[in-house]
This record gives sequence, structure tokens and C-alpha cells, in this order.
Amino acid sequence: MYRIDFNKLRFLICDDNPHMRRILRTLLHSFGAREVYEAEDGATALEMYTHYVPDIVITDWSMPIFDGLELAQMIRQPESKGNPYAPIIMLTGHSEKRRVTVARDAGVTEFLAKPISAKGLYQRIMNVVANPRPFIKTKTYFGPDRRRNTTNTYIGPERRGSGEVEILQQPSLLEKARSAI
Amino acid sequence: MAKDNSKDKPGSIEVKSFGTHHVITQPNPLRKVLLRVPESDLDDPVGRAEKALAGLSGEFKEWMTIEADRLSAAHATVQREGFNDKTREELFRAAHDIKGDAATFGYPSAAAAAESLCRIIEHAPDLGAVPPQLIAHHINAVQAIVRNRTKLDTAVVAGVLSKQLRGIADEFLTHANRDRPEHLEAILAPSIAPSE
Repeated sequence: MYRIDFNKLRFLICDDNPHMRRILRTLLHSFGAREVYEAEDGATALEMYTHYVPDIVITDWSMPIFDGLELAQMIRQPESKGNPYAPIIMLTGHSEKRRVTVARDAGVTEFLAKPISAKGLYQRIMNVVANPRPFIKTKTYFGPDRRRNTTNTYIGPERRGSGEVEILQQPSLLEKARSAI
Repeated sequence: MAKDNSKDKPGSIEVKSFGTHHVITQPNPLRKVLLRVPESDLDDPVGRAEKALAGLSGEFKEWMTIEADRLSAAHATVQREGFNDKTREELFRAAHDIKGDAATFGYPSAAAAAESLCRIIEHAPDLGAVPPQLIAHHINAVQAIVRNRTKLDTAVVAGVLSKQLRGIADEFLTHANRDRPEHLEAILAPSIAPSE
């Protein structure tokens, strides 16, 4: 059995609603987290993201200035100075299929529909900690692999081309981002 | 004995390049926070968090009143100035927050009424053509549910009220979007996001 050592994790939560921030902070502190940073809009969150280099971002979707979707897109810039790989948990009242797809295509790692529950949040955090997915970079997408499962019964078109495999070794961007602080 | 820190160091990123995409695999930088514990471990972080949330519940009534009043204020502005980008946005944002927060605060029927209002604002082709009473009934329902929650007989009435409002709103939206298949699909589609 595994559990998470929350006091080694640094969180950034971004929600324009002060009540929801209080709820999130209470839940994370109760899990054992000590480092929880808060932003009330996407622009502030992005600044804090670069400054504090959080391990996990939890963001609302609808916010002023720029929203959670734009925040995810700004974080998922492969050439950015910061860490583009941090797990992003989108916590939102939007739960329509179209919205979930848009969030996924912006590079969101996990989606948690409101109303929030302690169990739902814990499960999402456990998932991003214990089961990180590889990242995919295409001309139009950079983010966690959107295929959570492989299935032999898939009958649609194959959107990823194959071709020659080339393995490149690169220094860890995460390490680079952390040493830059 | 010296601590072995080698596991804490993030390893190098492996990039496999294919014709149209790269697959980037990074050794899990968060693995260090994952602890193996015996099955007999009694720590219950979820239970602890639920207790902490229950400890906040004394403030929920006040928070919900603030959210409902914000919705009413946004509606009053719409009545005064009509719908424009700013007034529409504020009404939607206030309703959307209630949709997301109210069930956590113990007001699931207020969340349902607010969700119905969000759907009207999002999917009505012309907000100016939405019967003003339809919007006003949603605002009044949220206020009534929040103000009267302490009465024992109100939970069932609140549930019926928000269900009926949703039915009327959906009927209006289905008719108003009969020539807009993408909206019709969104209106009729069930929610797919897992909440647990």
C-alpha cells in the first residue's frame, strides 16, 4: 500500500472564489501539505508558478484576466524557462464533454468536476504522483499523453504517424528549472 | 548510515521521435513523495480532510448567502443595463460559482438551479429574447433555497423547484436551438466528467 508524503509537495492553487480557495487549502493542509500557494487569477498564478516552481497545480477554469485553460496553455510551453511538465488538475464546474475535451487538449493532466470532495481530490493527486503519463509533443499539442488506455478494439483513423524512431537524451528540464531559482 | 540521495535526483528525459510526434518520458520527479506503508497503516488523510471540511461547515451558510447576494446583484445590473459582455459575464460567473460551490456548502438544489441558469446564459442564441421571468425565477429560487434552508420541509420543495426550473429552461433552450445542432448536442448531452 502506498501513501503520499504531502509535506514534501508544493501546491499552487488558482481560483478567483475565496471560499473555494479556503476549501482547497483546508483539504490540502489536512492531507498533510505545508506549502500551498494561492492565486486568484491566471496571470498571478503564472507569476507564482515561475517563482515557486510548484510540484502540482490545481486550477479553476473560469477566472478573470486569463482563465485556467490559458494558464494550462502557458505552462505547457516546451521551450519555456519554467517546468512545462508539472501536473495540472483542473477543478471546475464545467463538466460537459466538449469542455473536458478542450481542457485535455490544453494539456490538463486530470479533471475534477465540482462539487469537490476530499476523496476525489486525493485520488487525482495520487494519480498524478503515482501514475504520471509520458508527454506528447506534436505540431499542435504539448502535454500528457491523451491516451490513457490502449485498446485492440479501436477502429478509428490512426492520427499519429509512425516512422523512424530516434532516441535523444536531454538534461532534465525540471532540474534546470529548479536550479534557475 | 548515509542517506542514499540518488533516488531523489530527477533523471534525464528520454525523447522518442516518430514521424509526426515525440514521446517524452521523464523519470517520475514525484516518486520521492510516494511512501510504501504496511496494510495496517491507520493514517486516513481523506477522513482527516472530511473532518476538517465539516469543521468549516459553520461558515457555509454565510458563504452561501454572500454568493446568492452576488448573483442577485448581477441580475439587478442586467435588469438596469440589459445584457452586454460585462453584465452577461458577471451573471454567468456568479451563477457558475454557485453551481460549483453550493453542493459542497450543503445546498445541492441551489447548485442545480444555478446550473440551469448557466445553461440558459451559455446556450440561448439571443439573451435579449429570453423571457425575463425565466431568469428571474432562477435567481429567486436560489435566494429562496438559501434563505429557507433551515426549515425542515424545504429540502424536498427545493429539489422539486430546481428540477422544474431545469425542465422549463431545457424546453426553452431546445426550441431556441432547434437550428443549432452543436448547441442542441451540448444541451442534451449528459455530463461525462467523473466527480469521484
